[in-house]
Order: sequence, then C-alpha cells, then structure tokens
Amino acid sequence: MNPKNIMRSLSTPLIVIGAAALVASIALLLAGHNPLSAFSAMLDNLSSADNLVTVVNYASRYYVMGVAVAFGFKMNLFNIGTNGQYQVAALFAGALGGWLRLPGPINLVLILIVAVGVGSIWAVIPGVLMVTRKVNIVVGTIMMNGIAAGLIGYLLRTNFRDANDRLTAHTPTIPENSRIPQLNSVLKVFGIQLPDTTSLHGFFVIAVMVGILFYVVVYRSRFGFDLLASGRNANAARVSGVHPKTMVIRTMALSGGLAGLAGMSVLLCQQFEYGDRFPLQLGFAGISVALLGRNSPIGIVFAATAIAAIEQGARGLVTANIPQEIGQIVQGTLLVVAVIMYELANRRNQTRMIKESALALTIEKSAV
Amino acid sequence: MSLSQNIVELQGIVKRFPGVIANNGVNLSVAPGTIHAIVGENGSGKSTLMKILYGAQQPDEGEIRIKGNFCRFKSARDAIEVGIGMVFQHFMLADNFLVWENIVLGEEPRSGLSLSSDLAINQIKELSSKYGLAVDPEAMTGSLGVGERQRVEILKVLYRGASIIILDEPTAVLVPQEVDELFASLRELVSGGVTVIFISHKLDEVLKVADAITVIRAGKTVGEITDTSNVTAVELATMMIGTILPRPLTERGVITEDILLEVDTIDLVREGRFLLKDISFAVHSGEVVGIAGVEGNGQEEILEVILGLQSQTSGRVLLNSVELQHLDTRHRRDAGIGYIPADRQRDGLMLSATLWENSALGHQRQEPASDGMWINRNALREHAQKIIEKFDVRTPGVEVSAQALSGGNQQKLIVGREMFSAPTVLVAAHPTRGIDVGAQAAVWESLREAKRQGKGLLLVSADLDELIGLSDRLLVMLRGSIVAALDPQITSAAELGAYMTGARMQETL
Repeated sequence: MNPKNIMRSLSTPLIVIGAAALVASIALLLAGHNPLSAFSAMLDNLSSADNLVTVVNYASRYYVMGVAVAFGFKMNLFNIGTNGQYQVAALFAGALGGWLRLPGPINLVLILIVAVGVGSIWAVIPGVLMVTRKVNIVVGTIMMNGIAAGLIGYLLRTNFRDANDRLTAHTPTIPENSRIPQLNSVLKVFGIQLPDTTSLHGFFVIAVMVGILFYVVVYRSRFGFDLLASGRNANAARVSGVHPKTMVIRTMALSGGLAGLAGMSVLLCQQFEYGDRFPLQLGFAGISVALLGRNSPIGIVFAATAIAAIEQGARGLVTANIPQEIGQIVQGTLLVVAVIMYELANRRNQTRMIKESALALTIEKSAV
Repeated sequence: MSLSQNIVELQGIVKRFPGVIANNGVNLSVAPGTIHAIVGENGSGKSTLMKILYGAQQPDEGEIRIKGNFCRFKSARDAIEVGIGMVFQHFMLADNFLVWENIVLGEEPRSGLSLSSDLAINQIKELSSKYGLAVDPEAMTGSLGVGERQRVEILKVLYRGASIIILDEPTAVLVPQEVDELFASLRELVSGGVTVIFISHKLDEVLKVADAITVIRAGKTVGEITDTSNVTAVELATMMIGTILPRPLTERGVITEDILLEVDTIDLVREGRFLLKDISFAVHSGEVVGIAGVEGNGQEEILEVILGLQSQTSGRVLLNSVELQHLDTRHRRDAGIGYIPADRQRDGLMLSATLWENSALGHQRQEPASDGMWINRNALREHAQKIIEKFDVRTPGVEVSAQALSGGNQQKLIVGREMFSAPTVLVAAHPTRGIDVGAQAAVWESLREAKRQGKGLLLVSADLDELIGLSDRLLVMLRGSIVAALDPQITSAAELGAYMTGARMQETL
C-alpha cells in the first residue's frame, strides 16, 4: 500500500472521530461544562487495566450482537428484532439452567444450546411471516420485540418472583460450575494482575470464534456467496438459483441464534440470572455496532470496542460532575457521521474505479 | 431552410459515459408543426439524445436551441417550461386513479384550497376533442387498454402546455389497428400546431407517418431527410446500419434427432388470463430455435417457466427427457440450462461485486466456483481471467466491479460465463440488446460456437435480422400462443413482422 492509499483509508475514521468530538464539545459547552475536562475525565476512566478489561468484556458482547445484526444486513434483511430475541433466549436459558442443575459443563452446553435455539425461533417467526404472508421484516421483528416484552413481563411476574422480597423477579441463579469460566488466570500468565472485583469474561473467546465463523461463512462458503448475492441483487440471485425464501429463513435463524448467544455474556459471565436488572438495549446496540462497523468482521471489532470504550469512559464523568448522557451523544454522533462518511467514501471509490476502467479501455483501444 | 425557422435545433451534441461515447456530434433540425422521426439501431444513441432534449441529461458539448433561443436544461421541469414534453415507452400511470387524476397529477387546478375536479375534467375534455384523443376522463385508469393509456400519457404532456411532444418507440406496445389510431391522432396534433418527435426503428411505420427523418448511427447524425417520398425503407436501413455491420449468418450445422429440451402443452394462467396457452416445441442438439414476437406476448413467460422462475398451470418441461416439474431454478441450472437474461443488470449481474464473483453467479455450486460447500476464490479468479481472455471482455482486471464495465463488456462476461459452464441447453433472451457492433459480432460467434458443439439454443430476440440469421427454426408468438412456425431461410423480416402483429396468419402449423 502506498502512502496515498494509507492516508485515504485513515482519513475516514479520523474525520468521524473528530466530528463526533466536535458535536459532543458543542453539547458540553451549551450545558455549561468544559469539554476538555470532560474528555480528560473520560480518558482517566480508561487508563487502568481493570477498566480496559471491562471495555473488552462489553466489546465482546457488542461484537457478537453486531455480527448477529450484520448477518441479516449482508442480504438486506433488517433484523431489528435482536432486542426481543436475546431477552427471550436469556429468560428461557436462564430458567432452564437454574432449574435443571445438571452436572457443570453439561448444564453450560445445554444453556448455550437453548439460548441459541430460542433466539433462532424468535427470529424465524417474522421470517416465516415474511415469506408466506409478505409481512415486512422490519414490521415483523419490531412486533416480535413487543411480544417478547409482554411475554417476559408476564412470565417474570407469575413464575419468577423473588422468594424473599416479592418485589423483584428473576430466574433461579445459575450454579457456579455451569457458568462460563473467567480468564484472569490466563492473564496472570502474561503478567497482568487484576483486582478481585474485575474479571476478563470467558465470553471473549466465544466472540473471537464468532468473528472467525462470520468471516468464513460469509466470504468463504457457498452459503455466504448466496447471502451476498441476495443482498447485492435479489433478482439476479433468484435467477442464479438462490431460493429467496429459504435464504430468509436460514439467515434469520443464524441472526437470531447469535443474538441469543450475545445475551449469554450477561447471563453466564456477569449476572447469572435473568431478571429485572438484565440490560434492555443490547439488541439495539448491536444495530449501531453493525452499522458503524460496515458489517465487516474486522470493522465490527473496532465499532464494538469504540462503543464499549465511550460507555466506560462516560462512567467516569460522574466524578467531574458532568452528566453521563454525554457518552450517548458521542455514540449517536459517531454513528450518524460514520454512516455519512462511509457512503461518501463508497461513492468516491466507485467513481474512481469506473474512471480507471474507462481509462484502461481507452489506452487499450489507442494501442490497437 | 434557415435555422430560425426550426422549432428545435441541436448542433454538435456530445455526451460521454464511462467507456462509451453515446452521442458524438448529433445534429437535429425539426420544423414546427411536423412529425419528425428519429431512427437508429438499438444503442445508436437515440435514447441519450432524447434524454438530453427533455432535460434528463446534460450534454458535454453542443448547443440546444428551442424556438430560436439557446437553452440549457437542468431538469425535465426546465424542458416542460419551454414546451417540451416526453411520452415514455413504459407508461407511468397509477392504475387506481381516474384518468383525469392521472393527467393533472402534480399540476392540479385548485379552487381555493381544494382540488377542482370540474375544472380539470373540462380542460381535459377540451384538449381531447381539440386533438382527437378520445378518452373518458372519468374512467378508472386500470381498466384502459394500451392504446388508451398512451392517449392519456399524451394528454398529460399537452395538459402541461407542451407544444413539442417526444414519443419514444410509441408503437412497440401497440397492435396494428392501434398503431393506425395513434398515427391519426399524431396528424390531428400536428394540424393543431403541435410538433411531434417520433423515435422508432420500425422503418415502414416511420415512412408512413413522418414528414422528415433524421438517421443516427453510432452516436452521429448520418442522414437528414426532409422529403420522405424520395426515400425507401431499404435506403434508410442502409443508412442506419452503415455498410460495415456484420450479418448474423447461420451455418447449417448438423442438427441431430436428439431432443434436448422439450416443452409440452404448457399453459400459464394468472388471474384468469392465459399468459401462455398450449405451448409445445422441442429443441434438438445443434439446433437454434428462435422465438419472435412483439414484446409482452409471452416470450418472457416461456423462459421463466423453463427456468423454474414461474410454475406453469399445466404441461411439462423436459430436459434430456427428464421432467423438470419438481426441480427448482437451482437444480434446473445444475442440470444444464445456461441462461442469458434479457436484462443483464437486473437479472444477470451483481453490479457492485467483482468480476470473479460475477463469473460464478448461477454456477456457484459447480466447479470451479466451489466444491458444493466452500467457495474456491483462487480458482474463480483464474476462471474469470479465462472468460475475460476468451471472450475479449475489456477490463483492467478481475478485481474491478461489474458496474465499471460498459454494457457490451458486461454482456460478453455473461455470455462467457454461461458458455464456460458447458450447458446442455442455452436459453438466450435479447443477447445483443443495447451493445455495440463489435460486441454483437462476438456474441453471435459464441452462439454459433455453442451450436457447433451440439448444444440446443433457445433464442428470444426483438432483433428480427438476428432471429432470422441465427435460427434454424422460427416460432412466432402472439398473445401467449405460438401462431406460426417458419423457416428462416425463406422468411423476410417484413413477413416475420406481419406474423408477429397478427396481420398474417398461418393456417396449419
């Protein structure tokens, strides 16, 4: 790669980050805060080893959720329902894992299978509605989100009330031997000592595996070829023999399954029960991450890390007496600017390619 | 004739697209109150010229003068301001609107805040009686026939105050008696002071109706005829194609008795209408069967039924005597049906994907694209390189995206891809539509090569010379049925045209 190309590929992310910082600064100034002290408070909160481990933990979670969404996006299938899919999956997986209490690893595998399975089923329902009844996938998945919220609320209140306080509700706690093991001992090998209060989640390994799986399936398998073809030109894909309905069902199953898996980073690494404290917006975060990462296996790594880092940094704003919500403004701006910039870069590349081909053609003609 | 007398005057129009110069010095002079025809082959630059004239595209060089004034249109709105209106080949009418609603859409007459339907209907009735364009303004648009819809489109531009009307291939969609009606309406329009610019490649029609003719070839004006009584269709055709055009001459190869593809009594019924009725034919090894017909008479549907993109209501399709009924498109293609679709950009390519990815489309389950499960990228890149070399696809390499290629090169890539897959039967729809003469010759040669190899070819085309030149047997379709089976060696384009429009019938097939 020559320096010009490196500059070109670096310019887009730099502009995106600069613009996001600019908008956040304006918001801070309007609210009467000093942007510099805010940013330094955010950086402070990212400077220690345990803070960085927290970022990695959250990034892993966002990564898997981002990939879940990106699978659908690759064929222009907008699975907006990951939010419902991971929550229903976590409820069923948590309830089963807490009740059954099979011997350790078997229980763990069972919990994971149930989570992936339930997430898949919840995503396949709107897929089936789409291919049989022509229900728009966005409408279908959003409706399923609503149904998920109602179902979860009902089940928690009727079956999972806390035995002691009767106010909160949650599934039985997952026994320690069927949780995903933490990786602190592995870090110790590399000389990194973490305080007892933080741990590097074992889910990190799952995220890495999901990334590899995503790359291999999309870019190396025949299924991936069909997936990309459906996204690039649905008509041509159909004419080439891709069965559009089957593709919708399979892709929704994959997407929903991964959404279900993403929720396991909370259930099996952090909270060990599904209940009122379970995060509510993880699925929507996945949509942002997929968009920001341009649905690419590597891009989503950066996107997930950026979102997780901003979140962790924003937690430090409290000490500077600045509202944490500024973190959300930064995230939102990042997303909007990124989408615009990517589109611009994309068009620029296309024009360049067309010009180069036309040039090659002219040269060839004049040579003849 | 001095320039000032002309209502439309184009001088030296140049328009470039990536890899193509669509217009390379077009001149056009139209006298007021005349029917002026523009003729030229597909891909000669007619449609680009029209887009420039009604403001959808801006020329890179050249002058436009309307009614003596220099004009520079930024959009179609600018063009309608000076009185230029366009009637497209494909109608743009909302079926669930009344006729008058479609006509006034976007230019609604108001009384106060509300839409004044009485005013609109009266204005439309006035226009339609003035120009002899009979339509009922209060009819539902969806219930109208093709001829009536066209009149609605013409009224639409008249309503917007157009005094110069451009019609793009207006007769392509009409049956003969509707064509006569249209021509009568055009005469009325002209006598009412309107100027009509009429684009066509049907020379007999042009000679029948036009007062003056401009001939375009390869982006240039090559002939301007102001007295149409002095010119014959043959002379026009010679001007249109020049002398260098290769003719698609077939070679009488060996046609064997082996039936590769058999279509047996196919009916296709949709919403109570027969789109296909009792279609039967066979394609033998080494044979090219050509299907002729005015667009929309069932040719597309036959191909879709064969490919499994639509399922027939009754009847059978057999490949190598194996019934395809229960196979989906994928398995039919695996079984050996190659397909060159009519619309390469819509059905044949992924424009944003690289050439090597495109070289696998439709064959992604076969060698060398994959082993069924995994895609072999390196083998595919080599494969694409082979296609590019053998079929002379002009490109800097296999990594560029398909949209960077010109239409002819895109088409050569598709033809190459299908030929390399060694199909049993090759189904080709309009294989040379909209591509330049060089690419056309290359595609024809590929089809002949397929024939030599003993493949069966089913060819649908709107280019009658192509059909006659390449086919061993011609079938003519009209309203979903095969109405004639002809021997191309003793059939002229004019005769074929007569069968296509139903002007001539064959007693026994």
